[in-house]
Amino acid sequence: MTQDYRLSRRAVLAGLSAGAAFSALPLSSARAAGALTVGFIYVGPKDDYGYNQSHAAGATAVKAMSGVKVVEEERVPETIDVEKTMESMINLDGATLLFPTSFGYFDPHILKEAKKYPNVTFMHCGGLWHEGLPTNVHSYFGYIDEAEFLSGIVAAYVTKTKKFGFVAAKPIPQVLRNINAFTLGARSVDPTITVQVIFTGDWSMPVKEAEATNSLADQGVDVVTCHVDSPKVVIETAEKRGLFTCGYHASQAALAPKGYLTGAEWNWEALYPSLVTDFEAGKTIPGLIRGGLKAGIVKTSPYTALVPDAAKAKADGVKAQFMGAGYVIFAGPIKDNKGATVIDAGVMRGQTDIELEKMSYLVEGVIGSTS
Amino acid sequence: MNDASLGLWTVPIAVLGGAIRVSTPFLFVSLGELVTEKSGRINLGLEGTLIMGAMSGFGVAYLTGSPWLGVLAAGLVGVMFGALHAAICSLPRVNDIAVGIALMIFGIGLAFYLGKPLVQPKAPTLPALPLGFWSDIPQVRAALEVNALFIVGLVFTPILSWALANTRWGLIVRMVGDSSEAARALGYSPLWVRLYATCFGGFMAGVGGSFLSLYYPGSWSEGLSSGQGITAVALVIFARWNPLACFGASLLFGGAGALGPALQAVGVTSGTYLLNAAPYFLTLLILVFSSSSRRRVAGAPGELSVTK
Repeated sequence: MTQDYRLSRRAVLAGLSAGAAFSALPLSSARAAGALTVGFIYVGPKDDYGYNQSHAAGATAVKAMSGVKVVEEERVPETIDVEKTMESMINLDGATLLFPTSFGYFDPHILKEAKKYPNVTFMHCGGLWHEGLPTNVHSYFGYIDEAEFLSGIVAAYVTKTKKFGFVAAKPIPQVLRNINAFTLGARSVDPTITVQVIFTGDWSMPVKEAEATNSLADQGVDVVTCHVDSPKVVIETAEKRGLFTCGYHASQAALAPKGYLTGAEWNWEALYPSLVTDFEAGKTIPGLIRGGLKAGIVKTSPYTALVPDAAKAKADGVKAQFMGAGYVIFAGPIKDNKGATVIDAGVMRGQTDIELEKMSYLVEGVIGSTS
Repeated sequence: MNDASLGLWTVPIAVLGGAIRVSTPFLFVSLGELVTEKSGRINLGLEGTLIMGAMSGFGVAYLTGSPWLGVLAAGLVGVMFGALHAAICSLPRVNDIAVGIALMIFGIGLAFYLGKPLVQPKAPTLPALPLGFWSDIPQVRAALEVNALFIVGLVFTPILSWALANTRWGLIVRMVGDSSEAARALGYSPLWVRLYATCFGGFMAGVGGSFLSLYYPGSWSEGLSSGQGITAVALVIFARWNPLACFGASLLFGGAGALGPALQAVGVTSGTYLLNAAPYFLTLLILVFSSSSRRRVAGAPGELSVTK
């Protein structure tokens, strides 16, 4: 039995006319003359209490500026899809400034589009910029380990069991740096504190994150923090088990009224409007933009009522040093958790030290392994 | 409170607790799929149904304030997906596996689309029974904090097993699954029986999904399911179409999933990634050892397209 799959002439004409009618819709009417259009691209949902939400908060701040139009797209995978999204923002919306916020968008997707559209400026989050890239590509990142260090200090004042838990996604340098800074902060107050790390293997694994938090609670851990895309599950599970929590990416205080202490947050709502202002004014934007608390790129969640005054005083003291002359978190001698010396005595690895970008160890006091 | 003295004992306790916490979606999806497969049809779309159930259950619980209404809504959405699968499969020369895959992708996409405004809110969660009240060890109490849906599944499993063996409708479902000619000769319509069986499977998968969003981990997010729906379909085959074995297999998979984090928590850190792969490794092993090239899998319904 054969079947006739040919299209009738009527069907073809109907399809064509529908297509023509669709393309005549005023989809590009938003391209008003003079107004700057800024595009934001997120890898996940923008209200995830995490990484994407922090960027969306920055986009909201840009939206509030006059004469600026913001276009956003969520859940764009780190594949050729992001190139399509960028092209549609450039061609259909007339965007001339793009913020593709996910780490994996950079190479090759942003680099490819930057060559194709030299008049569009690309601001990538991740600090992957190096010499020799097209001049319309910029990358920015924050020293959020400063805020992690402060979280560690605060947590050290409330713990009873002297055991902390850290739910982490993958053992990559940025994550290890946060774990180490959190641990060093806690041990600067009480050197008997240990931090138990559990790696879940990926950025978003809700069931595994909940399971990891429960395992930590079973081990007698009483403070939990995390480095995953959306800390919601970890913070909520810890709250159910009656643990203290320190947040990450954005504030999760609303999720854990009984346990939230403070947290390490991005402060894109300060950085993005200033970048847009510089862009509009035609100022030269550096290729690599990095900074911590002092530059206003990261911030800490406001202390909750659970934080004792002594902790506030100590943390604020260190914070004042970060804001002022500087405070070196990774000051030698530092040993890793296998006993080998990783930073020699007398060596000060300041925030801009490129060695820190290659971090592959867990410091003394961390229970866990990078492999 | 003497946590230190508990030491390595926390691993079996965590695995037990994890087995109870993680296994519930496996249990519900596999019991539902078991009935569907007993009727001679396989529905691979349950992953999509599970995620739709998680999303709609969360949404309804959030809007009405009642988690049980959320569970019901999730089940009803599951019924709709089951009915859709059965309706498409009733057409001549339609492959149930291909339809299932299409519905899986459809369900996931639809749930992500409709679930956008639900990522942020908090919904009321399902209650849990503190069955660990007799112990003063906090770890045991936490592990035996048994959720209500698990108890429902626990009670339902033997009932389903008995009903499939001893009731009239159980007999009809099995007959349709083993020989649609025989069923037709006796005056039963295989298509209608399969419609009901697939709807039942959808209902259970929807309820299983609502467990994810309303109890553990207890919120809606797009990464919520890491393949629980599709794993549960495999569990049915692994359990040889026996409800009691489904229950055991679900517990085993839940426990295997909890093993990785539990071992990392006591400081066993080598081979983290291998341990995280434990459930999948386990599946492969069991399938290899229970396979045979000579005979059909024992207990398989004769009409099932995967075993034909």
